[in-house]
Amino acid sequence: MTNEEIIIAGFGGQGVLSMGKILAYSGIMQNLEVSWMPSYGPEMRGGTANVTVILSEERISSPILTSFDTAIILNQQSLDKFETAIKPGGTLLYDPNGISNPPTRTDIKIYSVEATKAAHEKNMAKIFNMIVLGAYLKINPVVDVANVEAGLKKSLPERHHKLIPANLEGLKIGSEIVKKVN
Amino acid sequence: MGELRLMKGNEALAEAAIRAGVDAYYGYPITPQSEIMEHLMAENPIKTTGMVVLQAESETASINMVYGAAAAGKKAMTSSSSPGVSLMQEGLSYIAGAELPCVVVNVVRGGPGLGTIQPSQADYFQTVKGGGHGDYKLITLAPASVQEMADFLKLAFDLAFKYRNPAMILSDGVIGQMMEKVELFDYIPRLSDEQVAENCPWATTGKKKGTQRRIITSLNLVPHLQEQFNQHLVEKYKTIQDTEVMCEQLDCEDADYIIVAYGSSARTSMKAVQMAREKGLKAGLLRPQTLWPFPIKQIQSHLSHAKGFLSVEMSAGQMVEDVRLAVNGKVPVEHYGRMGGMIASPADILQALENFKQSIN
Repeated sequence: MTNEEIIIAGFGGQGVLSMGKILAYSGIMQNLEVSWMPSYGPEMRGGTANVTVILSEERISSPILTSFDTAIILNQQSLDKFETAIKPGGTLLYDPNGISNPPTRTDIKIYSVEATKAAHEKNMAKIFNMIVLGAYLKINPVVDVANVEAGLKKSLPERHHKLIPANLEGLKIGSEIVKKVN
Repeated sequence: MGELRLMKGNEALAEAAIRAGVDAYYGYPITPQSEIMEHLMAENPIKTTGMVVLQAESETASINMVYGAAAAGKKAMTSSSSPGVSLMQEGLSYIAGAELPCVVVNVVRGGPGLGTIQPSQADYFQTVKGGGHGDYKLITLAPASVQEMADFLKLAFDLAFKYRNPAMILSDGVIGQMMEKVELFDYIPRLSDEQVAENCPWATTGKKKGTQRRIITSLNLVPHLQEQFNQHLVEKYKTIQDTEVMCEQLDCEDADYIIVAYGSSARTSMKAVQMAREKGLKAGLLRPQTLWPFPIKQIQSHLSHAKGFLSVEMSAGQMVEDVRLAVNGKVPVEHYGRMGGMIASPADILQALENFKQSIN
């Protein structure tokens, strides 16, 4: 049964909140209950940003959590803050770019995705977060890619629909370059 | 089924205002509720439903614009967060005194003073005990989800017009800022001037030949007449208390310990109750959806089996006083909560519940 509690954390501007939103919208398309709870306030204006996303087949109780099934981590500060918050047996996915102290836990599954590098090489910085999302959905296909596409169509205004193929390309790249670390 | 969307609580409430056939929104921006006016401005409903959306020069102006529109029988609303709502208290007292329907939304942040922009529930006293002067009550709805932000906006107007009384939606930064799936209700057309004149025989819709002049005022200098009016309010409030209480109860039937919590605290508490049950602790959650009228009878219905009530709020302990009044000394009642924009996690609440249990046994 689907009941996935996720924290996505990184710098403001990396697309952390929008990645969470796309994931949540995809959940709706998949008939799941969803919640998206951001850190809001000064940290959004520079510094770290994070969002808790819950996808569940049942009514969601608390949108605020202190332990998670999955942490998607995009900078060192967030790794320091959330590595310990992953439930034993849970999943950590991170982009090694800018990480000087890699994760050390042995009771969780750790994956890396070189999303910054891939987005830079393809000259597609804007799909960075979709590469990360693609990596996550490869590890845990909690929603179908078809529902991500449906969610994008529903949430984006028509004039932006031309960007959808690039976003789906990002998902594909992420699914191909994600690596198991431990 | 209505249209499904992923929305912030603030956005869902704003969208519901357009769909509920609201005539006017007046407001002044303040975190964490600015998305309400932002959504309304972006949707620009004057072009579709004809709803007026106006940024006022201050919160004091907003509430008095609401007062004026409500006097004309229009569905008028404003929204703000704690410091802004403090500025509206005079206007709210006048609107209650003039018996006008309107909706005010408070997406509460931490105080006192300018405090913090992070979530809080410390405006409970201000809302349900009367932040303005005089013997008056606000019908107070407490949404705990994005869906309820939308649904309660419509309900608040229905109740406000049913009783000619201002209604407050008391939300908080968590419910305002979080996104969830929301099923939006279909558009309800705004009332025409003729319909308003028919539905609101008290409203200042323009004196016609042969009709009486209508005066909207909260001033009455003759003491026995003012007392008669106060008595009328008391009776109205009693009717509301007898008929409009709403609350949700989860796992309360056999509970030894019942958490009473509203808004986002009810959400974190719901998880704490689930965790408690998994550990064999018979906990339940009683979630007031109306804070005034308060679910007194619903709380009392558990006095035969409950060993104690824990009020969980993001405050120094405000609603706990109403829980104590309802319980009336029969079993212990305690408060647990964080302040200043800090949010108690489900694990924190479970710990508080276990401590509470220990303190009783």
